[in-house]
Formats: sequence, C-alpha cells, structure tokens
Amino acid sequence: MTPVPTSSQDSTVPGGGQAPHGAVTTAAGTPAGVPAGGRRTTAATMDEDMHDDSSAWAAPGPTAVDHRVSGHAQPPAPAVSLRASGASRVADTIFKGVSGATGVLILVVLAAVAGFLVLRAWPALTASPDELAKISWMNGQSLLEYVGPLVFGTLLSAILALGLAVPLSLGIALFITHYAPRRAAQALGYVIDLLAAIPSVVYGLWGALWLAPVLDPIFRWLSDTLGFIPLFAGYTAPARNVLAAATVLAVMIIPIITAVSREVFFQTPVLHEEAALALGATRWETIRMAVLPFGRSGLVSASMLGLGRALGETMAVLMILSPGYLFSFFLLKPGQHQSIAANIAAKFPEASGLSVSVLIATGLALFVITLAVNMVARWIIARRAEFSGAN
Amino acid sequence: MSKRIDVENLDVYYGDFLAVEGVSMAIEPRSVTALIGPSGCGKSTFLRTLNRMHEVIPGARVEGRAVMDGQDLYAPEVDPVQVRRQVGMVFQRPNPFPTMSIADNVLAGVRLNNKRISKGDAADTVERSLRGANLWNEVKDRLDKPGSSLSGGQQQRLCIARAIAVEPQVLLMDEPCSALDPISTLAIEDLMSELKNDYTIVIVTHNMQQAARVSDRTAFFNIAGTGQPGKLIEMADTPTMFSSPSVPATEDYISGRFG
Amino acid sequence: MPVATAPASSALTLTGNRLPRWAPWASVAGSALVAWGVLVLTGEHTATTVAALTALLHAVALTSVSRYVEGPRRATDRLATTLVTVAFLLALVPLVSLLWTVVSRGAVLFSGTFLTTDMVGVFGDMTSGGVAHAIVGTLMVTLTATLISVPIGLLTAIYLVEYGRGPLAKGITFFVDVMTGIPSIVAGLFAFALFTLLMGPAYRSGLMGAVALAVLMTPVVIRSVEEMLRLVPNELREASYALGVPKWLTILKVVLRTSVAGIVTGVMLAIARVIGETAPLLITVGMITRTNWDVFEGRMATLPVFAYSQYQQGGVGVDRAWAAALTLILIVMLLNLVARGISRAFRPKTGR
Repeated sequence: MTPVPTSSQDSTVPGGGQAPHGAVTTAAGTPAGVPAGGRRTTAATMDEDMHDDSSAWAAPGPTAVDHRVSGHAQPPAPAVSLRASGASRVADTIFKGVSGATGVLILVVLAAVAGFLVLRAWPALTASPDELAKISWMNGQSLLEYVGPLVFGTLLSAILALGLAVPLSLGIALFITHYAPRRAAQALGYVIDLLAAIPSVVYGLWGALWLAPVLDPIFRWLSDTLGFIPLFAGYTAPARNVLAAATVLAVMIIPIITAVSREVFFQTPVLHEEAALALGATRWETIRMAVLPFGRSGLVSASMLGLGRALGETMAVLMILSPGYLFSFFLLKPGQHQSIAANIAAKFPEASGLSVSVLIATGLALFVITLAVNMVARWIIARRAEFSGAN
Repeated sequence: MSKRIDVENLDVYYGDFLAVEGVSMAIEPRSVTALIGPSGCGKSTFLRTLNRMHEVIPGARVEGRAVMDGQDLYAPEVDPVQVRRQVGMVFQRPNPFPTMSIADNVLAGVRLNNKRISKGDAADTVERSLRGANLWNEVKDRLDKPGSSLSGGQQQRLCIARAIAVEPQVLLMDEPCSALDPISTLAIEDLMSELKNDYTIVIVTHNMQQAARVSDRTAFFNIAGTGQPGKLIEMADTPTMFSSPSVPATEDYISGRFG
Repeated sequence: MPVATAPASSALTLTGNRLPRWAPWASVAGSALVAWGVLVLTGEHTATTVAALTALLHAVALTSVSRYVEGPRRATDRLATTLVTVAFLLALVPLVSLLWTVVSRGAVLFSGTFLTTDMVGVFGDMTSGGVAHAIVGTLMVTLTATLISVPIGLLTAIYLVEYGRGPLAKGITFFVDVMTGIPSIVAGLFAFALFTLLMGPAYRSGLMGAVALAVLMTPVVIRSVEEMLRLVPNELREASYALGVPKWLTILKVVLRTSVAGIVTGVMLAIARVIGETAPLLITVGMITRTNWDVFEGRMATLPVFAYSQYQQGGVGVDRAWAAALTLILIVMLLNLVARGISRAFRPKTGR
C-alpha cells in the first residue's frame, strides 16, 4: 500500500502529495480511513454496520452505551434497549447530510464555472462577423481565427517551459533523494517548496527586470551561432520573446514537478535498490534499474501537473512577453506570440460589451485545454495506482 | 569459481556507534557457513560487510580486514561495485524488479557489464541460471511475464537465479527463508545444498534447525546488552556446534534457553 | 587465523582502475581555470559564460578520463553525477537571484511609512506613498476567501473521508482534482461572469475577488484536510464507537481534534498559495489609491495587483513594485513559517 507521505502536509504545492494520494484513493476504491493494510476493510464494514443510518442499530456494545448517554432525555425505557435513541440518530443524519451536500456543492461550483463561462461567452460565439469586426483588436478576424494563434502561443510557451523544466526537475529530485546527504536533502526539499510559494507577480517582476538582461547575451549568442536554424533566427533585444517567457514559466513549475517526483523517488522500495546494488550496479545504474522504472509514471503525471500550471499562468507571460498573434516558430523574435491568459489580463480592464464575451470565450478554450491535461494526468496516476498495487 | 574469505579483527561502526567488534573467522569455499544469534547481535550487519552493502547506510564504516583470495575487500583501491560483482547477495524479502520480466530479471546483472549480449547467449544464461535455482521447469513457459507474478518462494529463487547469473565467487543470504512458507523454505534449502558445490555460501538465519540442516560450519554471534557491540562468540563445524559447543552461551542459545 | 595458501583459480579483479577521490574536484578546478583563460582571451568573461564553459569542460574531461581509466560504466556514472549536480546548482540560481533581487531592490522604498500610507495624492515622480491600502485589501479579500472555502473544504473532506463511498464520493474526488487545475484567470472570469450577471456590468468588489480566490483555494483545502483526516488512526475512531459515541460526535470530538494542527497548517499553506494570486484580482477587484474596508462594494487595492500596476507605470513605480513584492513575500514567508511552526509544535501529540 502506498503510504501517504508525511512530508506532503508541509508541501506548499497543491500537487505535492497528490500522486501518492490519488494512488491511495483509487487503489482502495472506497476511501475508508488510514491506509493500514487489511484493517481498512474491517473498519469500512464496521462503519457500515454500526452507523449507516438506514439500518437499525444492531451492534449491542455501542447502542447500549449510546442509549445510556442520551437516555436521561427519554421516557423510561426497558433496561437494555437496542433501538437507537432518536436525538443522536437525527444529529448523525443531519451531519452526514450537510457534509454530503457540501460535497455536491463542489460539483455545482465546477458546473457553474463552466456554465457561467459558456453563458457569458455565448454572445461572442453567436455574433456575426460584422459585429466582431467592430472590436478593434480582432482585426476583422473570426473568433476561431483569433483564438487559434492564442492557443498556439499558450501551448508553445507551456511546452517549451516543460521541456526546460522536466530534465532539471528530474536532476534536482534525484540529487535530493539519491546524491545529497540525508539531512541536507530535507533542507533542500524545504527550499524547493519555498520557491513554489513565491507569488507569480514576483516571478514576473524578476523575469522582466533581472532575467531578461541576463538572457540577452545568451540569446544573442544562440541567434548568432544557431541562427541558420529558423527556430533561433532573428533575435532582437530586449529578451521579451517566447523563450524568455518559457524560461520564467519553467522556473515556476520546477518546484511543482520536483516536489511530486521527489515524493515518488523517496518511495522507491529499498529492497529494489539493494537488489541492484548487490548485483554490482553503480549509483547511476541503480537509479536506472530500480528508481526510474518505479517512478516513471509519477514523473509523467508530475509533468502533466506542471504543464497544466504553465498553461494557465498569467502574470509571468503578461509581464515578459511582447505580444503578437502569429503561428510563428521564431522562438527568439519578439512580438510573435501571446498566451490566452496573458491576453485576457491585458485586454480585460479596458474591454466592454462584446469584447468581454470574446475574451471569456478564449478563457473557455483555456479551461477546456487545462481540463484535458489534468484529466490525462489523473488517468496516469490512477493507472500507476493499479500498477503499484500489484506489489 | 568459489573463493574463501578470511576475516581478521573486523569492527563495524555506524557513525560513532560500534555495532560489531573484533570478528575473525575463516569462511571456507564450497561450503555453507551459517551465522546464528539473537536479534540485533550484528550478524546481518557483518554479512553485509562481506560485499560492502553496509555502505548504503550513511555513516557506516569498517575497520579490520576481510581478505578474499589474497585481496583485502577494504583496501583503498578496491571498488565496492567490483566487490558486489564477485560477492552476490540474496535478501530477506524477495525483491525481483517489478517492471522487468522473469528473463530480464535474471539478466539484470549480466547486462550491466555486457550491454550487447546476443540473444542466444542471453537465452543460455537465463536457462542455466534458472536451472541452477531450480526454477526453470516452473517458469520456462512464461519467461516474459513480470517477475512479480510469481509466488513468494519462486520470487526468492528468481532472486537467487539473478544472483548466480553473474557467476559470483560467494553468495550471501540474509535470512532468505524468513518471509516464506515451509514448502518454499524446503525448496530453497535443497537448492543451497546443490549450490554449495559451486559457491561459497554464507547464510544468516534465525532458524536453528535450518542452520543445522544446511550448514557445514556455524558461527554464533551474541550481544552483551543494548548499546553494546555484537561479537563472534564461537565458530565450529555445525555438528560440533550443535552437539558440544565450547561456550555455555552458545549452548543456552541453541537449546532455546534465551534469544 | 589461517590465510589462504594459494588462489584457487584466476586472480580476482576486485580493484579495477579507479580515479582518486580528488579527481572530480581537480577536474572542476582545471576546467574553471581553462574556461576563464579562454574567455579572457576572447574577451567574453562574464560569470555566466565562465560557469557554463566550466561545467561543459568538466563534464567532458571527467567523463573521457574516467572512460579511459575506469571504463564506460564508471564514466556513465560520473557523467550522471555531474549532470544531476549541475541541474541542482542551476536550480539554485533563480532561487538565490530572485530572493536577492527582491530584497535588495525592495529595500529601496521599503520602510515603516511605506507600510502605513496609501497612494492618495501621490503623482508623478513622488517617492512618497505606500501599500497600506493594498495590505488592507489583500487581507480583507484573502480573509473573505478563507471564510468561504474553509467550511466548504472542511465539510467536503469530512464527507469524503468519513462517509463517502460509491459513485458520488468518487465523482467528488475526481472533480476536486480537476478543480485544482483551474487556471487562476479562469476563476477570475467565473467570478466576473457570476457577479456582473447578478449585480450589473459595472459591479466591482472585494467579494468578487474573494469568490475567485475561493474557487482556487477550496480544492487545496479539501486535499490537505483529507490527507490529515486519513492520518487519524482508525483505532481512535473504533475506540470512540466502542464507547457508544455517535459518529458525528466522534468526528467532531475525536477525529477533528486529533488532526486540528494538521488542518490549520494546511489552511495556512492554502492561504499562502492564494494570497499572491494576481490575475483573478486584476480582472475583478481592480485598483484604487485609497483604503477600502468594505468587501461588498467598490474596488479594492491588493498587493499583487499593486505591484503589477506600479511596474506598468515605470519610473518610481518600479521601486514601489519591488517594495510591494518584498512585502508580499514577507507575508507569504510569515504564513509558511507559522504553518510549519504549528505543524511542528503539535506533531508529536498526534503520535506519528
């Protein structure tokens, strides 16, 4: 059984404890309590037997005492009554009902998010080309033509960020779990978590005012030496291109990916690592034989969580990227790309009427994309739970 | 391909804590040496020093000599990775790699040194090792199934096959049967008496009958109290140890008066 | 003890050729020297280029020497060690530079006055003015969001852990996970769409921002509370049932009381997460120059949006943005410290 990692309560990342957590819930089917091996099932059935309000209370121990607890409020009853006392039964029903209703409220809220977005985006979805042409920044494009480059820019920046972040996060997580001394590892874990707690606007400030000048010579060198590849051609200072934005996004999602993969790597069974070592494996071979196969799906789902985060991040892109609305692969040229989220934040304060609807429609597209990415991530986690449950 | 190990005055430390003190013993080739003693007496720790697996624990270090075939395992120029290549180990709980098939598990160690092993050679090694571990007949039809699909006893024999596939000089076994049922235990014990024709075997066990059944020589470890280091009390041929031990503590332990 | 008289078969190869312990350090030092020399000659010696070239030279040098002396397996191992370490060091660069920049640039305007004045009557290049109104706004909005999301999160988590089974619980678990992935700007759009439909298109208030933040915060609260409740040993619940305590009382008096420290920690960390959110507040709460205590009416200043709008103004605004960022980071760090303190102070009592 995958233990719930104790350190994840300290994690500032929402995904921090989720990979193992999801494993617990999915593997068990009915989350019933502490994941403590076989005890779970007995506890679950006990709950059902004793406290399911639809059944008459049959367990003698609890009910007898229960009767005594609230008995004084009742008319004189037979010495030992096995019937539930009304008051506590009502209280139990109310408590269960309220907490259950709150759970349903979550579903309602999520439906409301989607519903209100669709409702407000509807005018834009049904507007005639003439109406849309009145919005100056649409440049006479249809809604689809407008959203297309934005989706492209969002995906491009997020995927670039993921490409930068995943190898680094893998390295950091391995360093913390398998290379650093144990005591240092814990401190390093805190430090990485700290990075996750820094507000995105601060990353934006840092990216625009500190990182951009640092990146400038690197990008210039890249453009000079690899400029024959269109990807790196045509750099112009300052570094306000999609690669700079992706670099900041990468810095922002590294803590998330690192935190989840760190948890997964820490859970690698010592047995398997020792097996590899005893065969005469070097440290790296041990990692390849025992650690990475065990943690692969965890790493994949961590990356997906990071991708979801990068897709929806607003401020870093808004403050760094010089926007443009093209399907362009010139990573170093400014004014080529824009992400959906940053575009909304940039245009929203001045928008009114139909243009608000257009922006909300783009937000709906972002919602759908991130939803899909997250569902894929959950699906992978669930599969991992089945896989590791076999051990 | 079987070597003797001579241990001289070996101390094992965890940080500042002396866990095992002053062990000297000769481990004979082509025989089974059993290490017995109460829990926490340092016999597993000592076993792990024979292939430097104790170094996995931070702060663990060793003083003294463990000489295999004229070479001190703890000489500064010795590579622990090479030591583990020559001294294989089987653990308390079976630990096949869950992501690998049965065949890949057997080949895991071989592949480390020989990346481009030919298909024929690989198949030969798999069959030879699985036969050597008395597992071939049970798994020959499902070599591509995951190793975790086997029963506990089969998994342990798979681990033995994996260990002997790299043709080590010595095989260390750390309570190899304590997680297994009696029938699987019997299968492993039979296997051990076959393997000792080719290998030097050192086994840690809590089971006195097992030590008496499988071993040629027995070493008794004991500990004076918590916080005290474990020591080798006496070592002799197994029949001698179980019939007329020279130290009273050994007799007490063997006859079940403590431990 | 007798020592082996003669080797039985071919000599053992326990040693193999190994590089000395100092080899990696020597390689780093040598690479650094060469890198520095080369780059001085070409006139491009900055900290970044020297570090990058050093790392490259070191990786190549150590790996090839190791391959020659120790063989390919060791060489791969050394290369992996180098890469993993470089990855880690590389990750420290943003952390250190970020903290250093925020502290050094933020210190320019950061002062007691900065924390206690608002922006009323501040124009042009005046360096006066501060973030008092933004701190008030941030605290009010975050507090309101907490008041909304904590009861919902707590009750939902209780339902999932103590009662939930069957398709409903599975569905809720799944959609809570989905909800964690909602982009913050989408949450802002939702709050905007909801309130402008109900209250008219010009309505702006702290409550709007709080609802947006609550959408982001609730799943985090549910997740952490759920985790804490699952850590409560079942023996405790069973012991309480065996005494005849009804289930709802058991939850209130036993389960919640046992896990209260963990729950508080989780909530604090959830607050720390949303207090720095900018995008949803940018499109719902907006920005003003004076203090607004009424969450139900009118725009409010908040620290993250303040930092962003000052950055956009440029000039002195950039200094104000850094000082506001410093204030924000200090608040977040304080929340994190308090949360860790609570979890540490209470942890032993939960018996884990």
